[in-house]
Amino acid sequence: MRLLRELYYILLGFLQGLGACWLFLFRILRYTPGALLRWRIVWQQIYSVGAMSLVLIMVSGFFVGMVMGLQGYNTLSKFAATSALGTLVALSLLRELAPVVTALLFAGRAGTALTSEIGLMRATEQIAGMEMMAVDPVRRVVVPRFLAGAVSVPLLTMIFSAVGILGGFVIGVSFMGVDSGAFWSQMRVNVDVWDDVVGGFIKSIVFGGACSLLAVYEGYYSHPTAEGVSRATTRTVVNSALAVLVLDYLLTAFMIHGV
Amino acid sequence: MRQTRSIEISTGLFIILGFCALFFLATQTTNIKAYGETGGYEVTATFTNVGGLKVRAPVTMAGVDVGRVTAIRLDPRTFNALVTMRIVSKFNEIPDDSTAAILTSGLLGEQYVGLSPGGSESFLKNGSKIQFTQPAIILENLIGQFLFNKAASGGKP
Amino acid sequence: MASAERNNNNNVVEITGLRYRVGEKAIFDRLNISIQRGKVIAIMGPSGTGKTTLLRIMTGQVLADRGRVLVESQNMARLTADELYALRRQMGFLFQNGALFTDSTVYENVAFPLREHTRLPESLIRHIVLMKLQAVGLRGAADLMPGELSGGMARRVALARAIAMDPKIIFYDEPFAGLDPISMGVIVRLIRRLNDSLGLTSIIVSHDVDEVSAVSDQSYLISNGKVVAYGTPRELEQNKSAWVRQFMKGLADGPVPFHYPAPDYAAQLLGEERA
Repeated sequence: MRLLRELYYILLGFLQGLGACWLFLFRILRYTPGALLRWRIVWQQIYSVGAMSLVLIMVSGFFVGMVMGLQGYNTLSKFAATSALGTLVALSLLRELAPVVTALLFAGRAGTALTSEIGLMRATEQIAGMEMMAVDPVRRVVVPRFLAGAVSVPLLTMIFSAVGILGGFVIGVSFMGVDSGAFWSQMRVNVDVWDDVVGGFIKSIVFGGACSLLAVYEGYYSHPTAEGVSRATTRTVVNSALAVLVLDYLLTAFMIHGV
Repeated sequence: MRQTRSIEISTGLFIILGFCALFFLATQTTNIKAYGETGGYEVTATFTNVGGLKVRAPVTMAGVDVGRVTAIRLDPRTFNALVTMRIVSKFNEIPDDSTAAILTSGLLGEQYVGLSPGGSESFLKNGSKIQFTQPAIILENLIGQFLFNKAASGGKP
Repeated sequence: MASAERNNNNNVVEITGLRYRVGEKAIFDRLNISIQRGKVIAIMGPSGTGKTTLLRIMTGQVLADRGRVLVESQNMARLTADELYALRRQMGFLFQNGALFTDSTVYENVAFPLREHTRLPESLIRHIVLMKLQAVGLRGAADLMPGELSGGMARRVALARAIAMDPKIIFYDEPFAGLDPISMGVIVRLIRRLNDSLGLTSIIVSHDVDEVSAVSDQSYLISNGKVVAYGTPRELEQNKSAWVRQFMKGLADGPVPFHYPAPDYAAQLLGEERA
């Protein structure tokens, strides 16, 4: 009985958080057209959110691609089908690995930075200061950061995929001796622009929106203390990871059955 | 001010890099060219069984890609599969008595349509129907047939 | 009567019957305050009496539970978000810690409200920013980052930012707290000078009796959610009430006891021993 009540409160808290997040999204979207007019602020945020994550994403993508090349080669060679290595690497990167891993890395690298930055602005009364200067902090602080995240993640995902495929190519062709022509031609026959490339792109857009929203939401509503900000940062990582994995399942199910 | 400038330029480079990656993925890892060709001409063929053939599977001739499968339907009267293919317009001199067969690339590979040329003087054109077809080979049927023949010939293993 | 009060434009802030509680604790209980235009008014009281909360109520950051709060003849409880922001453009607010944007220079901090609210050309913004910084004596610090400033300097920069949009009212939250004597003297002089030269109304929340006495025209003394005394610094000085005397002179014991309410000391010590 006690357990049920606890569960009930956890569920209630979850629903409340979800609803608050959703309302916050609408508040953000209402200011988006105005923020796009002042694109320089968004542009500068893309630098700190996206461009600064570039090296991390490229290195990770390359290594994930190389691992895929090794693992794929080992497995495929049992079926004498190593010529399908290009297909395997490209499909797994485009459809799953690149969107998910990029989103998780983004949450850890940029999402936490967003949360703690906004949280510290609240803790040091910079948010209240803006309100007192008749500037809506959601419009001035939150929206540009959200947009920068939502724009950066899809681009980072594409870079991750491209670098990852090159990583798979380096391992498969240069080290394992898969025929370079077979690697690319098999890939081209089996990878579909709409299902695979655009499908992965759509996933990355959704993930980018979700991770950025969670990051700015946690920052904006964090308790204005050192402990509050650090807790909010932790929540950003945990909630982003959960959201990405759940959304990934939903989107995958929808894409496979919908098409 | 100069710092702001270099930040903005880096952002521009990052965004261009992202779109380059998207462009690379869309053009180099996929067969996007096949989509562009709404030209060409369509031919149909009836198969008793298409096996695992899928829409957008390649149509080849002597191993060369000449088109794509665009639709697979079931003929409601004959219960045969009606396969529509779009052939690239530059291959416009395929004899109209060519044979279409459903083949498999490798043991586990994808299935595709292979055309073998006939000897006719007239060529396939838009709306033509390929008369001679060879259905997909179903591995299970083949094994079943083999065992049946063994039993019928009285051979004991 | 009510309409007469509303039309009384000489009062910038008019608070009647204000009640506000946090949880069980009543912070304000039927508080009345009216603040005349053009004056420097101080609101004093011991720590924890909700002086800062009162500022937040006057600026619409917090809504009162009951009572009427009129600022520039506008009822704070009935304003929409847009109307509130329009009203705040006439207000300057000096936070206790300055609340400067830590990743922008001093110059950009002062330019911020101008960039947000106006479409002025860069050359004009530059003029205004340098003028405001000159007024607080920090024109030379324009290119520093807030982290490089001392506490007193940060507060002066925040003051320059607060007056950037030429407000009509300026609120100071504990402007003297934690400053060295020289910085304190500078702030005292600045408050007075800005008030008189720009025709502002200044509202100061503080518990630094000496500085407030030096700068304010009139002071409110608040305790336990009510106004205890009101008057010029001289009048308060000569106030007969024991409580006012304790506060103004800074005596350790008096009507406000030194000890927080507690059970009898000896009894508690013995009780613990027994347990």
